Amino acid sequence: MEIINLEGTEDTPKIILDKTNKIFSISGRSLPEDSAEFYQPILEWLDEYAKDPLPETIFDFKLEYFNTASSKLILDVLTKLEDIENAKVHWYFYEDDEDMEEAGEEFSELVDVEFELKPY
Amino acid sequence: MKFIYEMHQMMLKNNIILVYEGEFTQEITKSVLAMAERNMDSMGEESGIKRKVFNVMVECLQNIVKHGDEYFTGEKKINTAIFMIGKHEESYIITSGNPVKDERVEFLKNKLDKINSLDKEGLKALYKEIIKSGSGLTNKGGAGLGFVDMARKSGQPLEYDFEPLGDGHSFFSLKTTVPRG
Repeated sequence: MEIINLEGTEDTPKIILDKTNKIFSISGRSLPEDSAEFYQPILEWLDEYAKDPLPETIFDFKLEYFNTASSKLILDVLTKLEDIENAKVHWYFYEDDEDMEEAGEEFSELVDVEFELKPY
Repeated sequence: MKFIYEMHQMMLKNNIILVYEGEFTQEITKSVLAMAERNMDSMGEESGIKRKVFNVMVECLQNIVKHGDEYFTGEKKINTAIFMIGKHEESYIITSGNPVKDERVEFLKNKLDKINSLDKEGLKALYKEIIKSGSGLTNKGGAGLGFVDMARKSGQPLEYDFEPLGDGHSFFSLKTTVPRG
């Protein structure tokens, strides 16, 4: 399957979606001008992946910051994971970043996917 | 030339650390954010406060980029707004001002009044309600969550004012206070 590997910028996150190496990760900052357009390929990739997923999928979110327009798209990404068997989210946050911790808690309440909140 | 001195004095008096007037785009947003971040870094601001200020700035700036109505005076099309950050002993003050169409004033007032009437739990509930409403993004690419998020991150009411411009537009001023520590 195709690999998505986007370098992070000052307003877009670093994204790696690599089935062969079992890496599913979004990290950094997400405040693109058009979040729907930015996340579209990610959502399409997940649709494709969902047809033949690995026995276990661990999706890492290690976001430093995301804007509200991105939050809607992050929810869309998480919603895709609901349809993938044995998908699990590792939600990383700076240990003193209560807002990011709370964001993880809230997302975990909004979707039916196993979450692990991980301070670092 | 005296206005230069006067403007400097006014900025000092109001503890303004950054002011931008002009057109607002994503590129400008990134530059303003970078300047404000450097400023807070060089003053050794605490990371938690920095994050909250950054957060409020992003929503505020992107609101203007998305909703700053094109404002016409005669022949000239003006799409300009103002954005300022003040740094005080107790707080950071993030303010913006931009023209909006008169027909949007009522909607904005209702939205802001509703947000200001809610406590922490109420805001959290409203945030979750909007995000899962399934309506997707607005045609401007917003999630309808910006003000809610600004109120949540600052923990303070959002102060606002509308100044009629008399030609179908009003000048929308918005002030968010982020307490320091």
